[in-house]
Amino acid sequence: MDRFERQVILPGFGPEGQARLRSASVLVIGAGGLGCPILLYLAAAGVGKIGIVDGDSVAKSNLNRQVLYGEKDLGKNKAETAARHFQEKYKDIKWEIFPEFITVENAQELISGFDLIIDGTDNFPTRYLVNDACVLQDKPLVFGAIYQHEGQVSVFNLGENACNYRDLYPQMPAASEIPNCSETGVLGVLPGIIGNLMALEAIKVLSVLGKPLKNRVLFFNSLTSQTYEVEIARNSNSQQSIPDTWQAFEAMDYELACEGIKQLTWDEAMRKMNRDVAFVDVREPGEMPPLECTGLMKIPLSTLSAQLDRLEDSEEILFFCQSGIRSQKAAQQLQQAFPDKKIFSIRGGINALKTS
Amino acid sequence: MPHTIHIKAFGMVAETIGSDSLEMENPGSSEALKQQLFKQFPGLKSMKFSLALDKKMIQSDTDISQGKEIALLPPFSGG
Repeated sequence: MDRFERQVILPGFGPEGQARLRSASVLVIGAGGLGCPILLYLAAAGVGKIGIVDGDSVAKSNLNRQVLYGEKDLGKNKAETAARHFQEKYKDIKWEIFPEFITVENAQELISGFDLIIDGTDNFPTRYLVNDACVLQDKPLVFGAIYQHEGQVSVFNLGENACNYRDLYPQMPAASEIPNCSETGVLGVLPGIIGNLMALEAIKVLSVLGKPLKNRVLFFNSLTSQTYEVEIARNSNSQQSIPDTWQAFEAMDYELACEGIKQLTWDEAMRKMNRDVAFVDVREPGEMPPLECTGLMKIPLSTLSAQLDRLEDSEEILFFCQSGIRSQKAAQQLQQAFPDKKIFSIRGGINALKTS
Repeated sequence: MPHTIHIKAFGMVAETIGSDSLEMENPGSSEALKQQLFKQFPGLKSMKFSLALDKKMIQSDTDISQGKEIALLPPFSGG
């Protein structure tokens, strides 16, 4: 008797289904609220090879939903911590660990070694990036996302005449249009449910079971327990916005395309620093840790519109905040007031400075 | 009421409208509906969302007949 007996005896799944899972490989991008339940169930079901991509480290505020991690894991990389958990638990799965974020530079290499990709990331630029990479490489993509008490799930790019994320959302939204979990809050159960639906879709695709959510998107509302299913159709306009070569893909700036604002790392920002560049902290007074350096301006986002004159004479302006969302809002606000200025937002904010 | 349509709203769109469902006088087409919604709920203007007519996504201006259900579907990014 093996650990898969209860699913192998299922009519329609059987030893064939199990053999398909065993020989399959899945790349889970993002080991956070969605990634944790996805990984738990793919590993329990016996997927042969699982890759985990995540450059983030465990924070205390993750623990209400990222159920693979505990208090002893704070500060540790999520991909490595998750893989270690499973390596102790099961001996029959091959793990590939990528403690990094997916980018236009590494995407092709990351996804090429896997049969199916799962998007458990948490921001629009990455979701479009993963989608386009999967279209270019012709890989099926299980998609899921959450907002407050709601979630959406779909399967993209599966077989003939398949839709992808750009058919569902042809216009790239800005992150600053829609607050993320850290701003709006989330009950841990919701990503648990949506992540499980995503794991289920992955298992259905890999073991050729049932009807995956191809060309359909499922909405779930945890407050009303209602679901809503919508049929998606291919959209020739949105197909055209997908880069058609890897070279074109690597030249894409997904953050700029989504936000209209160029984002910089702290390293890039430091290299730009000189007398003519305004360096602005848009956090509210009292946010920790404080950053003190010469020439730093403090203009809380809530007061920016009243203090635009302070930035009038600067040609280039670098904004930062705690996590990189409010600084994008500030940059967009300022760009509207001064269309000719070069305005940047520092990716990940102070949180990224702490880990870099 | 024979001249109404049903609106189903999700995510931020529902938040902006203040409800996840409402009945509206039929404006006749999906574009006219959007303009009507923008007038009634200006906060929607800065949001991107897709529309579905009777649970099928629409990609361009589409006629809406009485009694139909229109869903306003914003993207979610959280994970």
